Amino acid sequence: MIRIVLPAHLRALARVKGEVKLDIANAATQSTVLDALEARYPVLRGTIRDHVTKKRRPFVRFFACERDLSHEPPDSPLPDAVATGAEPFMVVGAMAGG
Amino acid sequence: MSSVRVLVGTRKGAFVLTSDGKRENWDIAGPHFAGWEIYHVKGSPLNPNRLYASQTSGWFGQIIQRSDDGGTSWEPVGNKFVYDGIPGTHQWYDGTPHPWEFARVWHLEPSLTDLETVYAGVEDAALFRSTDGGQNWSELSGLRGHSTGSSWTPGAGGMCLHTILLDPKDPQRMFVAISAAGAFRSDDGGTTWRPINRGLKSAQIPDPEAEVGHCVHRLALHPSRPNVLFMQKHWDVMRSDDAGDSWHEISGNLPTDFGFPIDVHAHEPETIYVVPIKSDSEHMPPDGKLRVYRSRTGGNEWEALTKGLPQSNCYVNVLRDAMAVDSLDSCGVYFGTTGGQVYASADAGDSWNPIVRDLPPVLSVEVQTFP
Repeated sequence: MIRIVLPAHLRALARVKGEVKLDIANAATQSTVLDALEARYPVLRGTIRDHVTKKRRPFVRFFACERDLSHEPPDSPLPDAVATGAEPFMVVGAMAGG
Repeated sequence: MSSVRVLVGTRKGAFVLTSDGKRENWDIAGPHFAGWEIYHVKGSPLNPNRLYASQTSGWFGQIIQRSDDGGTSWEPVGNKFVYDGIPGTHQWYDGTPHPWEFARVWHLEPSLTDLETVYAGVEDAALFRSTDGGQNWSELSGLRGHSTGSSWTPGAGGMCLHTILLDPKDPQRMFVAISAAGAFRSDDGGTTWRPINRGLKSAQIPDPEAEVGHCVHRLALHPSRPNVLFMQKHWDVMRSDDAGDSWHEISGNLPTDFGFPIDVHAHEPETIYVVPIKSDSEHMPPDGKLRVYRSRTGGNEWEALTKGLPQSNCYVNVLRDAMAVDSLDSCGVYFGTTGGQVYASADAGDSWNPIVRDLPPVLSVEVQTFP
């Protein structure tokens, strides 16, 4: 089971409270986790990554295990602690704006 | 009993303001989509409870919301705006080619004839259409594919398609305006387009009378006479009597002819409204006085409307989509400011009152009339 923490705006959009918990069949990578997240909540398509290129939106970051994974290749395995559900995969709105 | 519903888009959410036909006491609902920029909210003329909202964010991109109960509840619909074919390039600020990139929806225009059809004007400038209530969007790429498209350049606010006018007498005819490309017309339902900028003069571009490149801020028409168009340009207020084939200036005695919105009285096709702004470098009312100017002669002769509007120390702006009129017997006029005020006049502009004073900066105002 993968635990995902979404920022407040995306929780509101997906109408979820707290963490999202997903089971994924394949190895846990950014791509497989986000594919599963978007399949469960289609409204999130296009809000975290581009509809077509699947590239991360510039002001969205991915954190886990106190590391910034934003620049990791999307098909790289996520840390074991994320894959086992011990730690959440965090989708974060970058610090910016007013 | 008659009533009106004012749909307000702001930098931090949408608000729905309602009143009976007296337009004295208002109920204010919102913010909807708190924290998101709401560029535009507009209702269908065929079913006024069908509303669309453009919800956007620098972090999380574009969402389109739809309501079927007049704005009480909303459902996200489709947000996939993909340019048709290979997008190509337009000209960037520095003159270099720049790939077309979708940023946001500036304006939503529900069809006059089909409830499920709605148009979206987007940045980078393009026109999209949905025929299933906003679920799926397709580009009308004949506009962006016009032979001049690769030379279009953004204005300071981005290269946005911000105005969509549908001709109520000819379902094949539509008008759009793009900053800073100019005005365009289609006579075949949006398949092909041609620039309609003859007569415009813009000192800010190398050839002031070029076919494209003009920073048109807003177009307006009266539904009874759709061949007559009014335009607020970057500088100059303009008029066309031949559906945009030619334009002439009607700035007349305005204190400044820079501004953003322009609108037409619901029952008097020769009565038009603008909000003069000091200049392109100072987006604020001249002399700190917020004044709407009205012409009852289709332009050139303008009168200041000041009763109820701040006449000192006022330095707000009124953006291009932030003015609208209702169609009650005594035409109501509404506008919102970057200071968060929404003003209403129930007497065609003779006097004004704030409906609300402290919203986030107002991006758009639309009105629905229930006679």
